[in-house]
Parts: sequence; C-alpha cells; structure tokens
Amino acid sequence: MKNNKKKMNPFDASLFNMLKNMKEIEIEDVDFRIDRLDFTLPTLVVNPQIPRQVAPIGKPLEELTYEFVPPVNTYRGEVTEVVLGATKSEGGSRSRAITVGGSKTPPFYSVEGEKPNPPVVVGDVFDMKINLPKPVRSHFGEVLEDPAEWARIYVEKFDVDMIDIELISTDPLLNDTPISESAKVVEDVLQAVDVPIIIGGSGSPEKDGDLLSKMAEVAEGERVLLSSATPDLYEPIAVAAKEHDHAVLSWTSLDINQQKELNRHLLEYIPREKIIIDPTSAALGYGIEYAFTIMERMRLSALWADQEVQMPMAAATSNSWAAREAWRKDPELGPRMLRGPLWETTSALTFLLAGVDIFISLHPAAIRTVKEVAGWLMDQEAEKIPKNWVNLEAV
Amino acid sequence: MSKKIGPLDVFNILPKTNCGKCGEDTCFAFAAKVADRKLDLEQCTPLYEEAQYEKNRGKLEVLLRPAVREIRLRSKDDEVRIGGKTVVYRHEFRYSNPTAIAISVSDTMPEDFMLSKVKKASEWEYRYIGMDLSLDLIAIRSTSNDPTKFRECVEKVSDVTHMPLVLCSFSPEVVEHGLKALKGQSPLIYAANQENWKEMSKLAKNYECPIVVSAPNDLDQLRFLTDSLMKEGIENIVLDPGTMPDEGLRDTLNNFTMLRRSAISLKDDLSGFPLLGTPISTWCEEDEEPEIKAWKESYISSMLISRYADILIINSIEMWSILPIVIWRTNIYTDPVKPVTVEPGLRTFGKPDENSPVLYTTNFALTFYTVQEDVKDLDCYMLVVDTEGISVESAVAGGKLTADKVNDTIKETGIEDMVTHRKIVSPGLAARISGETEMVSGWDVLVGPKDSGGVKNFLDKKFYQET
Repeated sequence: MKNNKKKMNPFDASLFNMLKNMKEIEIEDVDFRIDRLDFTLPTLVVNPQIPRQVAPIGKPLEELTYEFVPPVNTYRGEVTEVVLGATKSEGGSRSRAITVGGSKTPPFYSVEGEKPNPPVVVGDVFDMKINLPKPVRSHFGEVLEDPAEWARIYVEKFDVDMIDIELISTDPLLNDTPISESAKVVEDVLQAVDVPIIIGGSGSPEKDGDLLSKMAEVAEGERVLLSSATPDLYEPIAVAAKEHDHAVLSWTSLDINQQKELNRHLLEYIPREKIIIDPTSAALGYGIEYAFTIMERMRLSALWADQEVQMPMAAATSNSWAAREAWRKDPELGPRMLRGPLWETTSALTFLLAGVDIFISLHPAAIRTVKEVAGWLMDQEAEKIPKNWVNLEAV
Repeated sequence: MSKKIGPLDVFNILPKTNCGKCGEDTCFAFAAKVADRKLDLEQCTPLYEEAQYEKNRGKLEVLLRPAVREIRLRSKDDEVRIGGKTVVYRHEFRYSNPTAIAISVSDTMPEDFMLSKVKKASEWEYRYIGMDLSLDLIAIRSTSNDPTKFRECVEKVSDVTHMPLVLCSFSPEVVEHGLKALKGQSPLIYAANQENWKEMSKLAKNYECPIVVSAPNDLDQLRFLTDSLMKEGIENIVLDPGTMPDEGLRDTLNNFTMLRRSAISLKDDLSGFPLLGTPISTWCEEDEEPEIKAWKESYISSMLISRYADILIINSIEMWSILPIVIWRTNIYTDPVKPVTVEPGLRTFGKPDENSPVLYTTNFALTFYTVQEDVKDLDCYMLVVDTEGISVESAVAGGKLTADKVNDTIKETGIEDMVTHRKIVSPGLAARISGETEMVSGWDVLVGPKDSGGVKNFLDKKFYQET
C-alpha cells in the first residue's frame, strides 16, 4: 500500500482492514500466506471539479427564473420513540440509554425535516457455537463459544450501539439448555458490556414464554428489548415486559394485517413506547422485496397517523447470510470475503431506505458502512462537490 | 399519486372492432392489458394505419402517457426502454422498465482490455429463479477528447456488443463523431450542460437520439436546461442531477427523491423524465483502494435503484460487486401483488422408481428453483407444498407450512401409490413440524439439511442406508 496516507479517511482504512483478508482467504487451502497486501492505485487524471453554477455574473438571467421547489409534504403522524437501556441513575447499569425512532418524515427526506435519532446498530451474538460463514467467523475466531467475549469485541472493536444475545441453544430441538444456564449467560453479557441489550429466545413457542419471563426478571432495571412476541406467543412476554419495565419486539411473518393484530394485542398490556416491530427482514434475493415494501407501506401509514404501526422498525440483516450468494465459496462469484459482507450491507441499506431504525447485524464491514452512510445522510453540513467522472482515466 | 387508468377508459377510445390484429380476442381484453401496462398501444395497428382513428390514437396516447416519459435506446439488434414510471412507491403499482445498467469503458483504455470488458459485460449472465439476468448498456467515455479516436472506439465496441450505447463526452464534436458511427441506431448522448447545450441539442435533433441533461447538484439549472431543450423540440430527455458519494449522498438522495415526487405527484413536466445515476463517481475519489471504490459503487447503485434511478453508469464489472445490484434490481421490479410462486404438486427428477426418495419443499419460486438445481441430477420425487409463496422458515413461523398441508400434498399427489416406502425428507428449516407431520400423515420424516446443497450427501448417508 502507499505510504502516503495523509489524506485517507481513517474510516476507510479501517473498512478496508475489515475486508482485506479477502485475498488470503481465497487461497487458504494452499500452504502460502501473503504477509502484506500490495495494491497499485490506478493513476488518475486530476479531475477538474465542476463548480456549482452560482456564478454571480455568468449565470444567464433567464436561468434565474428556473427555481426547483421541492414538493414538500406535511404528515399528521410520527413514529414513537422507544428508550432502550438504563443508566445507574435510572436504575440500570448501562453507560447510556438509547432512543430509537421518532421519525416525522419518510426515511431521509431531509428537505422535509431531520431524523431525530440515528439508526441503531446491534451486534448479533449467539449462546452456542453455530455454523457461521467464514467471512464472519474470521473476525471473531475463538470467542464464538464465549458470548460475553464476543459481545465485548463487537462493542470495543466494532463500535456497535447494542448487543443482541440470542439464546438459541434453549430450543428443545437443539440443546434444550435449562433456563437457569441462560440466566447466567445474560448476566455475563450484561457484565461484559455496558451498552443496552436485546435478549432473544429460540423461537420455540413451548419454551420462549418461560424463558423470556425469567430473563426479564434477571435483567430487571436494564430496559432490555425482549425478542420476540409472535402471533403464537405474546401474552407472557408482554406481561413480563410490563412487570419489569422492558420493551418487546413484535415479530410477524411478512404480513401487515398480522403485524397490526399482534400490535393491538400487545397494546392491551404495554404502551406504544415499549414496542418495536419486525415484519421479517428476508435476505437479498430471498424475498427482500416483500420486506422492503411492507416496511415502506407501514412507515407511510405511520406518518398518515395509523397508530397501530407507529412503532420503530427493526431488521435482522444477519439473515442476509442465509443467501447462498453471500457465503458460498465459488470462484465464479468472486471473493466471498467481499461478496458476503456486501450482501449484508446491501440488504441493510435497502432496509435503511425503507425506514428501519434498528439493525441486528453480523459482519463488521456491514456495521461500519450502515453507521457511516446514516451519518452522512443525517449530517446537515454534509456536502460534496460533484466531480467529472467522464474524464476519469485508467479505471 | 397518479390516477389509475381502468380498462374502460382505454376501451372507450379503441376502434372496438375486435379485429384481433393485436393478438387478443377482443378490444376489451386488449384494453385491460394496455391499462395494466402489459401491452403497448402500438400493438393495435389500425390505430396507427387508418386515418379514421387518428384522433382516438392521439387521445389514447395522452391518456396513457406515464408521468415519467418512456425513452428507448437502440442498437442494431436490441432495444432498452427506460423510465415510463407511473408511481413513486412500489406498492402503488408494479414498477415498469427495470433500471438499465451501463458498464463503462473509455477510449484511452488499451484496446484488448477495453474490448474484453465490453464482451464480459455483453455476455454477463446469472441464473436466478428460472430467469437469466443480464446487463443492459455500454457507456463509452471519451478520455482522449479526440473525435477520431472516439469514433474508432465506438465502432469497435459496437462490433462486439449487441447492447445499445451511451456516448459520454461534453464535447459536441467528439459526440458527433461517435454518432456518425452508429447510423440508424439510437444511442444515448451524455450530456448537454450549461456550456454546450446549444450544440448538443442540435446533435440530438439531427441524429434523433435521446440526450441527457447534466447539472450536478443544481436542480434549478437542470430545469433551465430541460426547458431549453424542450423548446428546441426535443422530447427524449434523461435527467442527471449528479451522483455524489460519501458526504454527497444526502443531496444525491434528496435530488432523486424530490425530482421523482415532483414528476408523479405534481405532474411537473420538467421533472417527468428518466433519472440517470452515476455511481461510477466513486472512482474519482483519490487515495482509496479499488475494492473500496467498487464497494461504494455497488451500494450506491442499490440505494439509487431504491430511489428511482432509471439508468445507472458503473465501472466495476467484478461479479462480487455487481451481483447484489442486479439481484436487488430484479427483486424491486417484480409485481408487488403477485408472489413469485410455482405450481404446487408433484415433480419428478431423473427416473425415480418405487424405492426412490421423496422430498418436499415450498412453492416460493426462489426456494423451489434453488432446490431443483440441487436435486435435478438425482432420481427422486419432490412434493411442492402450497405455502402461498412463502419460504420455508417464514412459512413455518407464520403457519403457512404445517403438518396438515404436508399431509394434504402427500394425499393429493398420489405419491403413496408411487413408492413402497413411507419416508419423506423435509427441509432442515421445517424440523419444528416434523413430529406432527409423522403423526398426521403416518410417514416417517427424515429432517434434511438446512441448505439443499447438502441433499445429495444427506440422501447417501441417511436415506439409502436406511432403506
């Protein structure tokens, strides 16, 4: 790499670091390692920047009459704000609480108004070693059997806002881990990191009620998000959330009416400020368009004052790795160390533009890109002079 | 939001002769498909050939004109349509004309390298849920600024590709040399700007080609240029409001979104044209690794597909960076009211007999085609359960894939008369319903792998050894 890195944005250097093991991995089966990655940067013709046409005299008079007036809408409704995590003074042990949601316009229509709270990025952690694809595994190595340590790496190294501890081993079809052991895992995670957390069950309707009720008790005071209430199982979770002051993830399967119905049920126990909705975030290429359109419709309805869908939205972009195109080792598809994280990133940014507020993510490069892009979209000072790509040489 | 056109609105102005020249049995059937934008009005030839229908034709053209104009780019063999949009949001009505993807080359690239990139783009193909996905256009940039060199390059490219071209230069002289090489075709001219629009608009008129107006991040100027070209009688215009990466994304998205809303909601004539995005702009950043430029180019492309781009110019043709773009483009342009499904029922692969394995899956097209790809070389039966087009995991969770539905499929397909064993292989993600399925159907359920790539191996180890 070039030594001259003065002008390089420090973020890009780290994004590149998150991706750079790509070359090494593709040749991993032969006994050879590259110590250093060498890239020849293409020589670029210096691009004259196109000046913004505000020349005081140069602008023809007639042009001054062509003002583009953005067709701005006003909305009757807004997305509720949900607070996750509690500090010491609030009765918990987190370093800060995070406010999610609150949008008053469609996603990033900043000419209509600013988004009040940035999207929240959550690191996805499992309570047992699962079959994670290589591009993800390579970032976590040995800690995949130690959820607390895994969570710590997410927070300290990859700067996530929250941790999702998924207690999947409790599934009777998997390890059927006893609830008391899961309580220990949750306590360890709460010890290891000081960010707000999500506690996820196994998805087993027979077990999640007892499991999440107990976890709600264990995490008393921490204002966690209990994941998740489903059309088959919502009452014990809603009751536990109410009793211990937690929030609930309301999860349905790509069906707006089902989502509204479940939300109505939950509202009998807890207020809107305690609910986040997840209409299922299908993977890119595996039904993402259903999720995208349902999210977009729900968000527009929320702004048109439909109170049943006015909660912040969550998406598990870790689902993207279910797509074969993301993980499969296939030379024709190019290096999976780039392809995999880009698959998750593309899914996440698609959901970002549909209005999603919380991203439950796996790959550090996806986490980094979502935070960075959201930062640019929300930065009122953000501006960039367009460059002339037509003359761009040698790419 | 645009008013939806009904079949009657169209039918009332048609000739109503039921002549059948359009391929439909009746004018009403034709009207229904035209209103649903599944057939072109041009297919009604009497409207265009018989003088008595001239007025009707005019009325119909006005009625059917989409808020965003449809523009056609043509090579010798191919036509690519862009724009023609009638809505802002996908749930309102199926998006028409998928975002056209143009791969860029320049006239100073080494010739072999340049032509191999053109060929790669032209032959690029990816098989996905029963469709062959491909790219659409080649954009040639004049970096030499030499008219003769540009013309030679355009000729060479058009010899090796079937795709329509985009000719990129701000020099009218350079563009004209390129146009001369493409007589009878309809490439897209990039671009008229504040300095050159008078000369460029002459080229668009003389060569009857669509033209881009470019005013990066200056929508006032974009309006001025568009109106100036329209006053010259040019109708086939594409708008380039600029694509700025990084800190420029905020303005970029706002510009695209507000232009599209203005076209659809306000019926603003000067906004009612296809939008051009140039994610290739990420390659102008200095001090960045090529992988990072391609990474950004890819995600900006996908974001602009979500935010109404009708045509994109990109540089990287690496599979890893291009595949997510093409898949998202395919996904968002599907019909939102019609799940991508296949017929439920029985499929056979190879030459199965009474001892062959029986598998089941869902009728979500993507699941089905993925599994089919993995089992097509085996001798087996596959039952496709009607889950209303939902994938296995979501269908189990949402109650659309149940033991009863599996049992119904077993009984209805008559598979019980075709095999002597009673063992069915279920998808790994449907493990949860396996116990109940055994009770309801009386079959043994072997829970297969979560990814059908492992089916063959699974059958070798579990099915054949046990039977």
